[in-house]
Amino acid sequence: MSALPDIPQPTARHRLRRRAGLAVLGLVAAFALAGPLLVGTDPARQVLADSLAAPGARHWLGTDVLGRDVLARLAHAARLSLGLALLSALTAAVPGVLLGVAASWRGGRTERALVLLSDAVLSVPGLLLVLLFAALAPGRHWALYLGLSLSLWVEYFRVSRAAARPVLAGDAVQASGLLGFGRFYILRRHLLPALAPLLGTLLAFGAAQAVLALAALGIVGVGLQPPTAELGLMMIEYMPHYEEAPWLVAAPVAVLAALVLGMMLLAGDGAQA
Amino acid sequence: MTAPTHPRSAWTGLLLRRGFQIVALALLVATLCFLMARALPGDIATRIAAGRYGYDLVSNAAADAVRLELGLDRPAWRALLHWWGDLARLDLGRSVVSDLPVWREVGEALGSTLELSAAALLLATLVGLPLGIWSGLHPGGWIDRLALALAVLLRALPPFLLAVLLMLLVAVQLGMLPVAGDDGHGSLLLPALTLGLGLAAGLARVTATAMREAAAAPSYAFARTKGLSDRQALLRHGLRQAALPVVAYLGVQAVFLAEGALVVETLFSWPGIGHALVHAVFARDVPMIQGTALCMGLLFVLFNLLVDAACLGLDPRRRQGGGAAA
Repeated sequence: MSALPDIPQPTARHRLRRRAGLAVLGLVAAFALAGPLLVGTDPARQVLADSLAAPGARHWLGTDVLGRDVLARLAHAARLSLGLALLSALTAAVPGVLLGVAASWRGGRTERALVLLSDAVLSVPGLLLVLLFAALAPGRHWALYLGLSLSLWVEYFRVSRAAARPVLAGDAVQASGLLGFGRFYILRRHLLPALAPLLGTLLAFGAAQAVLALAALGIVGVGLQPPTAELGLMMIEYMPHYEEAPWLVAAPVAVLAALVLGMMLLAGDGAQA
Repeated sequence: MTAPTHPRSAWTGLLLRRGFQIVALALLVATLCFLMARALPGDIATRIAAGRYGYDLVSNAAADAVRLELGLDRPAWRALLHWWGDLARLDLGRSVVSDLPVWREVGEALGSTLELSAAALLLATLVGLPLGIWSGLHPGGWIDRLALALAVLLRALPPFLLAVLLMLLVAVQLGMLPVAGDDGHGSLLLPALTLGLGLAAGLARVTATAMREAAAAPSYAFARTKGLSDRQALLRHGLRQAALPVVAYLGVQAVFLAEGALVVETLFSWPGIGHALVHAVFARDVPMIQGTALCMGLLFVLFNLLVDAACLGLDPRRRQGGGAAA
C-alpha cells in the first residue's frame, strides 16, 4: 500500500536511510537501556521542594511538578515503549507469517478459513481492539501486549500470504519438490529469502504503530496508569505546565518522534501510507 | 477473498465479506465485554440489583433473585451464550452510570461523531483534491514540492500531537476558537482540522500520483488528439481514471478516521462515540463500552463497504474479474 509515488531510487540512498534509522533507534535504545543506570534516580521518587526545577546539573532535564526527575522517567518510558512495541511486533510476526505461508501452501478450505479469521480481526479498528484489551485489565502490561500483537499479526498474515504465493507456484519450488526435498527445505531455502526483506519492513512499521498506539492510549488515559512513566502519559501530565516549563512536554514528544522516525526510516518506502 | 469455486458476482462477494465482518465484530466485542464484566471486582448480581432498586434497598435476597433470573449462577459458557443472545436480540442494556438505555446514549453520540467525520472528510477533500490534481498536472512545480513537504510533515505527526499543537497555537495563544467541548460556534473546527489535515496530506499525494498516471495514459493522449480541450479531456477522461486509487485510499484511511476519532474526540471533549467509549472505560460501564465499541466498529465496516462499492462502481474490471481483489 505504497501511497507515495514509487520513484526508482538508487539503493545507496536506501541503505543510507536504513542506517540512519538504525542509528536513531540505537541511540534511543542505548538511552533506554543505559539511562536508568547513568542517571541513577528512581523515576517515581518525589522531592516536592524541587517541583518544576529547570534543567541543570542535578536534573539534566529538570523535574516535573511532583519533583520527579524527568530524564529518569523518560528513560523508563522509552524502555517501556521500545520493549513492548518490539515484543508485540516480534510475537505477532511468528503466527502471522506461519499462517500466511500455510494459507498459501494449503490453499482451498484452509486458506479460506484463515482469510475469514483475518477479516474478523480486521473488522475492529486496531486501536479499538487494544483499548478493549486495556479495559479488560486496567493498567496491566500484558493486556496491552496481547491487544497489540492480536491486531498486528493480520498485516504479517496478509503480506506473507501474498508474497508466498508466487514463490510456491514458481519453477524453483517445483524443482525442489521433484528432487525430493522436504517442506522444511523449501521453507528455508525458497520462502524465507523471499519473505525476509518484507519482514524487516513489516517489523519496523508494526513496531512504530505499536509505539503510537501505546502513546495514544496513554494520552487518552486508558492505557497504562499514572505512576508508570509512559510517553503518552507524560505528555498529558506535563501539558498543564507548558508555559512555565516547556521542556517538560518537549521531552516525551522528542523521544516519541525519534522512535517513530527511526522505525519509519528502517521500514523504508514500502510503508509510507 | 480467494477465487470462488462457483461464479459469484462481485457485489455478492463484497456484501458477504462485509456482512461476515459485522457478525465477527459483534461476537468479538461482545465476548471481550463479557470477559470484562466477569473480571470486574464485586458481585455482578448485587450491582445489577442495586441498579434496579437503589443501593439503599438492595438485599441479598434481591441479589439472589437477580442471579436466578439472569442465570448468573450458571457456568461461564452458558452465561456467554446468554450474553450473545441478548446482543442478537439487539438488547444492549442500560448504562450503569446514567441508567439510560445504551441505544439512546449511543444514538446521541453517533450524531456528533458523524458530524465530525463528515467535516474532516469534507475538509480533506476540499484541501487535498485540488492540491493533488494541480500538483499531478504540474509535477515538479513549486506547488507540487510544497505539497510534498507539507504532506511528509503532516503524516509524520500523529493526530494527538497535531491536536495538541493546534490547541496551544490557535485556541490558547491566539484565543480564536474554543479549546474543547461543543458549544456551538467554531468548536467543530479544531477537531475537524486535526483529522482533516492529516487526511488531506495523504489524499493530496495519492491524488497527485493518480493524476500524473492518468494524464500520462494513452487514453488521455488520444482524447487530446481527437480534439478535446485540456479541460474536457481532464473532466471526461482524467478524473474518472484518477478517482479509483483516490477512493481506494480513503478505504485504507478508514482506520485513521476511526482511531483518530477516538483520540481527537477525547482530547477536544467532542461528545462523540470515541469520547463516550473512553469515559465508559473510566467508569467501568460495560454495557456502554459494548455499545460504543460496536457502534464504532460498525461505522468502520460500513465506511469500508461504501468505499468498496464505490470502487466496484468506478471500475468495470473489478466487477468482471472477481478473484483479483485481496
